[in-house]
Amino acid sequence: MNTDERNPDELAHDLALAFPAGPGELSRLHERLTAAAHRDGVLDVAYRTIDSPVGSLLLAATEQGLIRVAYARENHEAVLQSLADQISPRILHAPRRLEAAARELSEYFAGRRRHFDLPLDLRLSAGFRRTVLSHLPEIGYGHTASYAAVAQLAGHPKAVRAVGTACATNPLPVVVPCHRVVRSDGRMGGYLGGPDAKHTLLSLEAAA
Amino acid sequence: MTGKSPFETVVSAHGATVLRVCRAVLGPADADDAWSETFLSAMKAYPGLSADANVEAWLVTIAHRKAIDVTRAAARRAIPAAEIPDAGDTADRGDLGLDGDLAEALTRLPARQKRAVAYHYLAGLPYTDVAAILGGTADAARRAAADGIARLRRSFPGARVRSER
Repeated sequence: MNTDERNPDELAHDLALAFPAGPGELSRLHERLTAAAHRDGVLDVAYRTIDSPVGSLLLAATEQGLIRVAYARENHEAVLQSLADQISPRILHAPRRLEAAARELSEYFAGRRRHFDLPLDLRLSAGFRRTVLSHLPEIGYGHTASYAAVAQLAGHPKAVRAVGTACATNPLPVVVPCHRVVRSDGRMGGYLGGPDAKHTLLSLEAAA
Repeated sequence: MTGKSPFETVVSAHGATVLRVCRAVLGPADADDAWSETFLSAMKAYPGLSADANVEAWLVTIAHRKAIDVTRAAARRAIPAAEIPDAGDTADRGDLGLDGDLAEALTRLPARQKRAVAYHYLAGLPYTDVAAILGGTADAARRAAADGIARLRRSFPGARVRSER
């Protein structure tokens, strides 16, 4: 062996330095990829995150519409993995498809929007849960309804617990207002975003 | 039950390596196109990729094919075509802004040596995978890379360029 023979890792290192791939170039190429994927109809799920008074929110949309809003406590990485498993692994960080959703949410959190006007993709919810979700927008901004009242709205007055489950598994919190469903005794009840988030949303709506 | 990762994680894990490989094989002018076509094509095929596939080898294989397409398209565009020394090689890259002499020296290698060096040293693929991409045996791929390294050492003595034993 040559006396100046060195570790081949050094060559790999030198070559990597000789062909830099910086974050700016990669983000430009990434943007080009999302545009091409969208154009070719293979961007099955686009996502982005937004900052909000209830923490970082993950927004995800299919070509049909908004499919998921997730709180940080749900673990955004785990939520994206479950979208890959349930919808498609063809998922990219692609803020452009979420522009309208991000704008409407920001208006909502600023107290300037009372209902959302966004195409929704409800396929992550099925059966009675979906029926429950479809009735939640009937509880107006700034109002609340009991789990029992929502069961009544959904046509199954006895299915109070199932209404609780539907709210706890709502794939589109904030936009589909499960935070407006409270306990019959007036207490707030649970919330998939945590009690603080529910309190924040109800206070925001009460004040606006 | 957990299946495939979101494709975003594939792009973030392998985007930089694939860009380096495209630059090494094609030079900077055509590398962006090859990278974009590689990832678009990979994204289309991703749901059908087997769960235990080596994603990096799969991406480099796609990039290899895209680089050949890009090189052929560039050769068709170039006038006069006769000035291109090797259909599988790149034309003079002296004025294209590569970073440093080592990059320049690598892009001047014959196509097969250049690819063997890029796929093994830049992408980190074992020679069996390099051979699967280039055709031929793993030993032949190892020799092509060693010849490429030897040539780099001659043309660019300042680099810490050593052949692998």
